[in-house]
Amino acid sequence: MFKRTVLYERHIALGGKMVAYAKFELPIQYTRIIEEHNAVRNKCGIFDVSHMGEIIITGEKAFDFIQYIVTNDISGMEIGSARYSPMCYENGGCVDDIIIYKFANDEYMLVVNAANLDKDYEWIKQNRKFDIEAINFSDKLSQIAIQGPMSKEIISKVFKQLPDKYYSFVDFIFEDCKKRVIISRTGYTGEDGYEIYALNEVILKIWDKLMVKGADDIIPCGLGARDTLRLEAGMPLYGHEISQDISPLEAGLNRFVSLDKECDFIGKEALTNQKQKGLRRRKCSIELIDKGIAREGALIFIDDMQIGYVTSGTKSITLGKSIAMAMIKKPYNKIGTLLQVNVRNREINAKVIRGPFYKRDKI
Amino acid sequence: MSIPSNLKYTKEHEWVEDMGDSTYRIGITEYAQNALGDIVYVELPDKDDEFSKDGTIVTVESVKAVSEVLAPFDCTIVETNESLEDEPELINSSAYEAWIVSVKADDIGELLSDKEYKKLLESE
Repeated sequence: MFKRTVLYERHIALGGKMVAYAKFELPIQYTRIIEEHNAVRNKCGIFDVSHMGEIIITGEKAFDFIQYIVTNDISGMEIGSARYSPMCYENGGCVDDIIIYKFANDEYMLVVNAANLDKDYEWIKQNRKFDIEAINFSDKLSQIAIQGPMSKEIISKVFKQLPDKYYSFVDFIFEDCKKRVIISRTGYTGEDGYEIYALNEVILKIWDKLMVKGADDIIPCGLGARDTLRLEAGMPLYGHEISQDISPLEAGLNRFVSLDKECDFIGKEALTNQKQKGLRRRKCSIELIDKGIAREGALIFIDDMQIGYVTSGTKSITLGKSIAMAMIKKPYNKIGTLLQVNVRNREINAKVIRGPFYKRDKI
Repeated sequence: MSIPSNLKYTKEHEWVEDMGDSTYRIGITEYAQNALGDIVYVELPDKDDEFSKDGTIVTVESVKAVSEVLAPFDCTIVETNESLEDEPELINSSAYEAWIVSVKADDIGELLSDKEYKKLLESE
């Protein structure tokens, strides 16, 4: 019914509460979401993110093809660098948000959201304007994320080769098992951390090594904490802050949309028009003033006028207050605007604040 | 899993304590708090609010979800446990001490004994 990652037995042994997510059986938590969330903020958390998809693009025209399907400008990327970008439809709505890894001038790996893998792969095949090969490696590759202020210390006990700059990666043969491993300095938590890619069996060995070397300082974390962490860090989740109905400009991702990159890209015209006309709505960060929790879908009002809705919300574990990301009609997205969130027919006062909610101290 | 014998229970994992004088305290069981996970917010009703059996008396929010605590019988709110406003996690740490509401009721109907509730849990 549901796929299992190579780490399934480990999750069960660790007491993971398994749930269905993007066609996989994954742990939503092992102990408590609050504990796991705090572990990432204060020590080190380890996540099984093997459900994510990996599509390898090869060919002389790999660069041209990727420039065509993503909104960000990937020129100037060096081998060993990674870049985040939305990928859009003709009308400017989002297909997905992805991370592009440059292996070589003619070889890139696209890491895509698990829930969008099949759609993304079809999209790539449909839009193969250039002569390239696209291979879906997702079933063969697994991924672990290790995140938190102690992540560097712990991962260094297992790997000698590590990426230094944020959004750079190393690609090497791991002597312990003579197999290729890719480690990037990336993450979805707002903390310092790494994401490790390797063949399924290799990831299993790496997980075990990290758990041993990490001892009491490494805590397994599930999907629950993954969501609360990324929300605090103001990071978008497809289907919430971005979707086929929300453009990256509306989602506040304009710095990843290169309208002036020379080549054409899917959605360029629509996004250029949208920018010229001016956005009618914009993602913003809100915090509740009264008690309560604003969740996805809650409608937002100013007096009786509906001005938007919540795209993601929770009680922030690190900050101790209720926070939410919302899509709000301009000009009500302005910082300081007072508004009301309707939660089960109760009007809760809230205000627009500057995001992100949480930002770690610069290392 | 603890199931105190001096309390009565419902199929929806609530416990009921007879305080005398047609007054009852209602909370959720150890099993329920464990299933919910970390409770971060409790939306309490107001004094004198009236509820029919199976109406939503309280909404309990955990990090990931919202759960409803249903009225086990027709009742009127006498008192709410205000300490849960600032410390909702008390329900997690002491489910049988952290009563949520105190109500007045004329007819509490058929509730489960501790043994019957234990049997229910075993079959879940």
